Amino acid sequence: MSRGTPFTTNRAGRRTAEPVRWGDQAAGMLFAAPYLAGVAIFLILPLGMAVYYSFCHYTMLQPPIWTGLQNYIGLLHDQSFRTALINTIVYAAASLPLTLVMSLGLAILLNCPIRGQAVYRTIIFLPSLVPLVAAGVIWGWLLNSDKGLVSYLLAPVLHTAGGLLAAAASWAGAGRDTVTALQRLAPPVWLADPHWAMPVIIFLGLWSIGQTVVIFLAGLQDIPHELYEAAELDGAGALQRLRHVTLPMLSPVIFFNLIMGIIGSWQVFDLPYVMTQGGPDKSTLFYSMYVFSAGMEQLRMGPACAMAMVQLFIILLLTALAFWSAKRWVHYT
Amino acid sequence: MSTKKKWLVHLALLLAAVFYVGPLLWMVDTSLKGEHQAMAMPPVWVPHPVRIHKTYYKVVHSPAFDLTLYARNTLIIAILAAAGSVLSSSLVAYSLAKIRWHGRGVLLSVMLASMMIPFPVLMIPLFCVFRNLGWIGTSLPLWAPAFFGVPFFIFLLRQFYLTIPRELSEAAFLDGCSHFGIWWRIMLPLTRPALAVVALFAFVASWNNFLGPLVYLTHQSTFTLSVALQFYQSRSGGTSYNLLMAASTLVILPIVVLFFLAQRTFVRGIATTGLK
Repeated sequence: MSRGTPFTTNRAGRRTAEPVRWGDQAAGMLFAAPYLAGVAIFLILPLGMAVYYSFCHYTMLQPPIWTGLQNYIGLLHDQSFRTALINTIVYAAASLPLTLVMSLGLAILLNCPIRGQAVYRTIIFLPSLVPLVAAGVIWGWLLNSDKGLVSYLLAPVLHTAGGLLAAAASWAGAGRDTVTALQRLAPPVWLADPHWAMPVIIFLGLWSIGQTVVIFLAGLQDIPHELYEAAELDGAGALQRLRHVTLPMLSPVIFFNLIMGIIGSWQVFDLPYVMTQGGPDKSTLFYSMYVFSAGMEQLRMGPACAMAMVQLFIILLLTALAFWSAKRWVHYT
Repeated sequence: MSTKKKWLVHLALLLAAVFYVGPLLWMVDTSLKGEHQAMAMPPVWVPHPVRIHKTYYKVVHSPAFDLTLYARNTLIIAILAAAGSVLSSSLVAYSLAKIRWHGRGVLLSVMLASMMIPFPVLMIPLFCVFRNLGWIGTSLPLWAPAFFGVPFFIFLLRQFYLTIPRELSEAAFLDGCSHFGIWWRIMLPLTRPALAVVALFAFVASWNNFLGPLVYLTHQSTFTLSVALQFYQSRSGGTSYNLLMAASTLVILPIVVLFFLAQRTFVRGIATTGLK
């Protein structure tokens, strides 16, 4: 062979550590050129600008003025920022485990050999393709406080349950206030109630988990059947099989969905923006919404960039934590 | 599986099905009623008579919601984004998977790290970049970046290219085929299903994108469907839900049709993303 190829292998079948050919270096960079340029223009440049602006007073109308740490110090005293940060943490803490459990549960159910399996799969997957704006509009109608279908269907259920509970309470000798409160049990006004808006947004996140379900389903289908048979022979019940076969075998997929969930929960925007605009009483003001309103609506680019930097730092920290913890519980086969 | 267990699974899945498909059915149901009937309490379950001309017709011809214009805007952006994603991501993926060159390891790491950065972190400084480029108010920020490669898609395609045996490209190389030839004549045809996944995902992501258009589009004539729908909702102020539901149906419909046409591609694509 007079001419070497870039793919030369030695006898053992491994690639030899032969020097990179000049032509390959050129071709490699040429093929990667779009992304090399993309990294420079759409990643490094904006990241650099965000770092710089986060130390500046900048409104886009005048050139930025260096103000040092002022934006970051300002965040410490910004009540709305604190609210947005806490709301986002609450959302993440509630929605991450809820999403993982619900999608894994649905995947397990959808993996059962029953009739209509394909139909169930389609139905559960479909909403994840619905634009979140449309999802917000539809659910806004369903949860409308006086004409909404949800309250209409829930009212008689709550009324009956409340009546029964009230009877039980008065029999047990509870105070009159408790009894009347139970008798008047009715659906809340959902998004108009500052105590209910956040739980509703968290719950509605479950409507769009179809893709997570499909990923789990693919993971479940990859678990060799012999493992379950062996576990069954050893006398393992359904729960033990879940605990000792399914979960460990699925741990890489769980980990993947966890990382996606961490990143996703810090960019919640569409649903609350459409449904509540952050209200009532800032109870659904999320981090990304506050960054958006500070930057795009009030043109306070400095604080907005400082918040973006804090956001990036938190995400990287949480992701690093997840990777660190993964050593203990993720089993790669 | 025992019969009793099967019934329990059915019951659980039926409950889930009500939660997942119920809202969509109610949306279509409401969109077929006249305004009075849509707001009736107790609710009217079956629309009578069906009022398509009062809802869909009205929405399509409403001056506040120029559906054909927004649909065209959205379609153009989604097609360009899908085309750019397929073309550039596969080129870059080929470079990362099949060509040996100094720096490709670093580039791969940078790319994987960049996938951890969500859009809201960069949207403000990106706005400044686009403003300097003169792109604000045009649809360019929404599709042009796709032509520079999308990390997620590059990674997906790289994984596919890695599974293609080296002997194939080796043989082509010895026959005098250039890298471009190998990419064009071997890689692209062999990974057509993966390219379909990329095109489909890019299209749907672009169709459903809300925050991007909200930040970068300034004029109503350039709006995409999702921004227009939000705008329509905030303007109609919570009244005429029948019209709002008709508009939502029209926004969702193309994606649903696409899903049923390409169901396998969707599911295969999502299934591979979680498995590396």
